[in-house]
Amino acid sequence: MKRLISSVLLVGVFLWSASQVMAYKPAVVFDMGGKFDKSFNEGIWNGLEKFRKETGIKYREFEVQQEAQREQFLRKLAKRGSDPIIAVGFGQAAALSKVAKEFPKTRFSIIDMVVDLPNVQSIIFKEHEGSFLVGVLAAMKSKSGKVGFVGGMDIPLIHKFACGYVQGVKYINSGTTVYQKMTGTTPAAWSDPARGASLAKTMFDSGADIVYAAAGSTGLGVLQSAADNGKMSIGVDSNQNHLQPGSVLTSMLKRVDVAAYEVFKTGYDNSWKAGFKVLGLAEDGVGWALDEHNAKLVSSAMKSKVEQVRKGIISGSIKVHDYMSNNKCPVE
Amino acid sequence: MNERQANTLVVTLVTIANLFIAFLISGIVIWVLGEDPWFALKTMLYGAFGYDEGLGYTLYYSTNFIFTGLAFAIGFNCGLFNIGAEGQAYIGGLGVGLICLWLENWPLWLVFPLAVLVSIIFGGVWGAIPGYFKAKRGSHEVVTTIMFNFIASVIMVNLLSHVLRPPKEMSPESREFGERVWIPQMHEIFDWFGLEITQTPLNGTFIFALVCLLLVWRFIWYTRWGYELRTVGINETAAAYAGISVSKNIIIAMVIGGGLAGFVGINEIMGSSHRLMLNFQAGIGFTGIAVSLIGRNHPLGIFLAALLFGILYQGGAELSFELQTIDRHMVVLIQGLVILFAGALENLFRPQIEQLVKRISSEDS
Repeated sequence: MKRLISSVLLVGVFLWSASQVMAYKPAVVFDMGGKFDKSFNEGIWNGLEKFRKETGIKYREFEVQQEAQREQFLRKLAKRGSDPIIAVGFGQAAALSKVAKEFPKTRFSIIDMVVDLPNVQSIIFKEHEGSFLVGVLAAMKSKSGKVGFVGGMDIPLIHKFACGYVQGVKYINSGTTVYQKMTGTTPAAWSDPARGASLAKTMFDSGADIVYAAAGSTGLGVLQSAADNGKMSIGVDSNQNHLQPGSVLTSMLKRVDVAAYEVFKTGYDNSWKAGFKVLGLAEDGVGWALDEHNAKLVSSAMKSKVEQVRKGIISGSIKVHDYMSNNKCPVE
Repeated sequence: MNERQANTLVVTLVTIANLFIAFLISGIVIWVLGEDPWFALKTMLYGAFGYDEGLGYTLYYSTNFIFTGLAFAIGFNCGLFNIGAEGQAYIGGLGVGLICLWLENWPLWLVFPLAVLVSIIFGGVWGAIPGYFKAKRGSHEVVTTIMFNFIASVIMVNLLSHVLRPPKEMSPESREFGERVWIPQMHEIFDWFGLEITQTPLNGTFIFALVCLLLVWRFIWYTRWGYELRTVGINETAAAYAGISVSKNIIIAMVIGGGLAGFVGINEIMGSSHRLMLNFQAGIGFTGIAVSLIGRNHPLGIFLAALLFGILYQGGAELSFELQTIDRHMVVLIQGLVILFAGALENLFRPQIEQLVKRISSEDS
């Protein structure tokens, strides 16, 4: 009898959990870049794939190609009962705020943007803090006293990276020169490695020895150029140290994969919460990469200094200005 | 069957054959990917007009293609290959956006004609400059209009990143316009008559696009200006000999083309997104070339081709949504095949079909 009850219970639990699996239908809407953009969208895709492999739960996805499709397919997913739904990128904010109002019971998460609604979780990153740290590393590593920055498309978000970086450099040595260049003013600036390489080359020729690239796949050209010229580069978003081992000083990590994974995970165990989620150094949402590929490049003095600065930023004793708070940077 | 009817029949049959081949190859690719091509086709067609929401999106895309298709056709009838509709639409949209931001509290019946006027001026100027270079200096319009697409893009990014973007806003886009200047959406228009349809971005601009089709048709084939334009297109030397100013007509064609392309801004900016944003015109200008070529540069053909591309856009998106193994690149492939066969290889089956039609018509008579 006891065995019968326990086996019935077991079957019950099994069925219940099976039904839970059936009922959980997460979804994601990637933005224009597409899920294999080697950058932002792909980082998110990586996080979601990790969730799928761990739990075996499939998710629905859609890659936006037209402006109007953002709203159309966010709505379509919500209508089909998908929940939670991740909207990738700041471009989806307007569409999401409309759709989220129509489906107040569906949980939405938007990455890289704030949408202030009771059923929306807004996940944003303090890129300026992470950039500050790699700026500190660059300034300490530089022998020439000149470093560079190559941005992608000329938009405020990229100025935020640049401004944090310059602040970090000047924090160590206010006399260091920082060359800054944006690749372009159109979205093509995100995917132009050749232009990235030539911009970096110009900086190396003017004496810079480290260049930080925050430019999508354009940055791959910067990394290549640094390796070819015997100089150094700094990667962005994901850990790019392995791309040119020994030449990439470090990478500014922006853990969109973790953020995306967390959305599906917390949605699954019902600990998902609406509201703001600001991921900075304190939350490990941004950081700098240290692995076997760059271990030799980073001295212990640099390590302890950057660790000290990291703690300073977390405790608030070092203030990093956010470019987007007033569209100005205090240092050039 | 007279010659004109025979010609129409040949053109129709050729287009159908080309589309059939394009879809057949797409079907084979889908089959290789491991999906059922028949189901894919059904999904696509159902998604494009099987229900009112899908149809709304299809017609909404078609509206854009009608404008850029006409923009190309006007130039083509004047012997020009205007591939600058992309930039002209972008700048035209800028004009629309500025007017809407400036006069957002004015009533729509006043702002709409102003917006139409301003988008003609902005888009028209953007077409007129390459037109002037072509007419007076002989610079080839293919090169200059492409360059003007880039210039337009740079201007827009700078304006949106630095001037029109509200402080603290992340996206490089303007603030939303006041609701008074929004063009009523189709579901609102239907609502006035007590009919209920699903909300889509389809808006009153669609009706305006149909009016434009009619006006362009009248203009090209039933006015003196249109006659001059076509004469220049067929033979510049003969036109000049007949006392028609070639340079004037080239500039006029580019101005009208630019103005028509600028109307994309009305549909996108004033009718749908209600804010000025980056790349709202993405690809619409270039698709317009295909639309016009497939539609034989005639307004009726352009309408049908615009509808076809509306179906490909909306149905294709539905396809990649329903069948998760098919991603958006597959949809681009289908569109590319249609352009390849119906646009570039249009004469592939022409000899056989012409012969067939000739045989039928000789049997008739």
